[in-house]
Amino acid sequence: MDMCAKKISDATMENVEILSKLALSSGEREKAKEEMGKILSYIEKLNELDTENVEPLVHIFEEDSCFREDAVTNGDGRADALKNAPKSKGGQYVVPKTV
Amino acid sequence: MQEIMKMSALELGGKIRSRELKIKEAVDAYLAHIRKTEPGVHAFISIDEECINSRIKEIETGIRDGVYSGSLAGVPVAVKDNICTKGLRTTCASRMLKNFVPAYDAEAVVRMERQGMIILGKTNMDEFAMGSTTETSVFETTVNPWKEGHVPGGSSGGSCAAVAAGEAPLALGSDTGGSIRQPAAYCGVCGLKPTYGRVSRYGLIAYASSLDQIGSIGKTVEDCAVLFEVIAGKDEKDATSTGRGIGRIKETLSGGFSGMKIGVPKEYLASGLEGEVRKGILDAVHFMEENGAETEFFSLGLTDYVIPAYYIIACAEASSNLERFDGIKYGYRSDTVSELHEMYKKSRQEGFGEEVKRRILLGSFVLSSGYYDAYYLKALKAKRLIKEEFNKAFKRYDCILAPASPTTAPKIGTSLSDPLKMYLSDIYTVAVNLSGLPAVSVPCAIDSRGLPIGMQFIGNCFQEKKILKAAAAYESLRGAFPAAWERRDCVGKAI
Repeated sequence: MDMCAKKISDATMENVEILSKLALSSGEREKAKEEMGKILSYIEKLNELDTENVEPLVHIFEEDSCFREDAVTNGDGRADALKNAPKSKGGQYVVPKTV
Repeated sequence: MQEIMKMSALELGGKIRSRELKIKEAVDAYLAHIRKTEPGVHAFISIDEECINSRIKEIETGIRDGVYSGSLAGVPVAVKDNICTKGLRTTCASRMLKNFVPAYDAEAVVRMERQGMIILGKTNMDEFAMGSTTETSVFETTVNPWKEGHVPGGSSGGSCAAVAAGEAPLALGSDTGGSIRQPAAYCGVCGLKPTYGRVSRYGLIAYASSLDQIGSIGKTVEDCAVLFEVIAGKDEKDATSTGRGIGRIKETLSGGFSGMKIGVPKEYLASGLEGEVRKGILDAVHFMEENGAETEFFSLGLTDYVIPAYYIIACAEASSNLERFDGIKYGYRSDTVSELHEMYKKSRQEGFGEEVKRRILLGSFVLSSGYYDAYYLKALKAKRLIKEEFNKAFKRYDCILAPASPTTAPKIGTSLSDPLKMYLSDIYTVAVNLSGLPAVSVPCAIDSRGLPIGMQFIGNCFQEKKILKAAAAYESLRGAFPAAWERRDCVGKAI
């Protein structure tokens, strides 16, 4: 196993954090970079595999998608759903000001 | 009271049906035992006794009126805390969902309740099912009922520890990369991961949707099989669920090993496997051979590539699935910021634990522009090749026998410091999820430290009957496996 850790640049890490919607502290960021580098170096083992003419396998049974009518069957769950809201008012979710 | 806990779930259900035992008597015995053992085990996150008691009354009436006539009516069951239970807190062992009370039941829960089963409580797990020890839980650390100071495995560690500690006769777990089979092995109980799609994932809080599957945990193979029959089947609410016939399984479990050909992958017995575990598995192979099974060692290809492929796919899907936790509609919200995007980031930063964040970051990376083809697409291609290796093997064998884990239960506090090392310990379990296969883990020996060793029978898709039959044949020849709670008082001292 090649344990020579891959280097993750600050720019890459910043992009990954944006995609992940996470705000890491600088200490966490350094640790995450190091760990991710190590893990990526390991998973790059997959490059040894010849996948030249191999189709990706997304769904294990490769059956056609199944469809159903888009009909509401579970009734109005608004009150129950709002019970879990961190903040709500007048039957609506309250969020920080957006504009 | 001890008599009740010694019964299998089916024996308990039988006594309840024949009115030899009142449901209340059975459930109270379990609750009393839970009160006694929980301070040492910490298998549960939530138990709602009020809800249990009202359910008991309803089921007593239901059994009398013939509404509930199934073999598990009145039998209590513990449920992993990533499976939604209406009105009962479902946390995924995360700060993010610490106060989340689902407005609906998971389909597996609906099906158990339709059979008159009683939800005893919600069990501890690794946060969002990400981990192999149950130590990433934001709640208490679950202790292996076999030995103080050791983990129960994970991520369904609470469910397996509850069954091993005699706190529940049955439990539900979920298995994305071994999360039922590995803790079942560490805790000396039986755990079934069904074929992908057998059990509806509706109401299972998603980790990696193409790999997640709910399954049963019990003291015996038969108990696992019967609970599986209850929860399996097509569900309109999960488009990946399948109605392919299962038929009656319990009736087909007898018959021993006759005509059965079992393949043992040589790669799974190679370096990295602890000596005592290897001996336990090999002894079991010889034992089965002596008792009518045809066994053969063979080479299963690509075993070195299953961990990389698994972690790429699982983390990619996790990063997408966990995007929904934004602090708006439910879950944890950070109160320290007033700007919307800052609030998303801060809520997720504070709400998720370290391992969850690690997997979200890795998943976001492998899906990101410029890396998608090299990592994610490559892993999906590897997945096809891995699946083909199993297809080849199942042309020759009825089932494959493998260790459930390279070691027995490690000590608490020794696994989380090196994530890669922890990932590598999933070597024998993740290929099953990548290929959608069913597998059942059964205990086969006890190591010199007094910890159970488990092995798994792996079958081709939809062949649960075959693997359960093989596991039942092994189990009946092996004889009853010792129960942890009968050997120890589960708070550290041997009885």
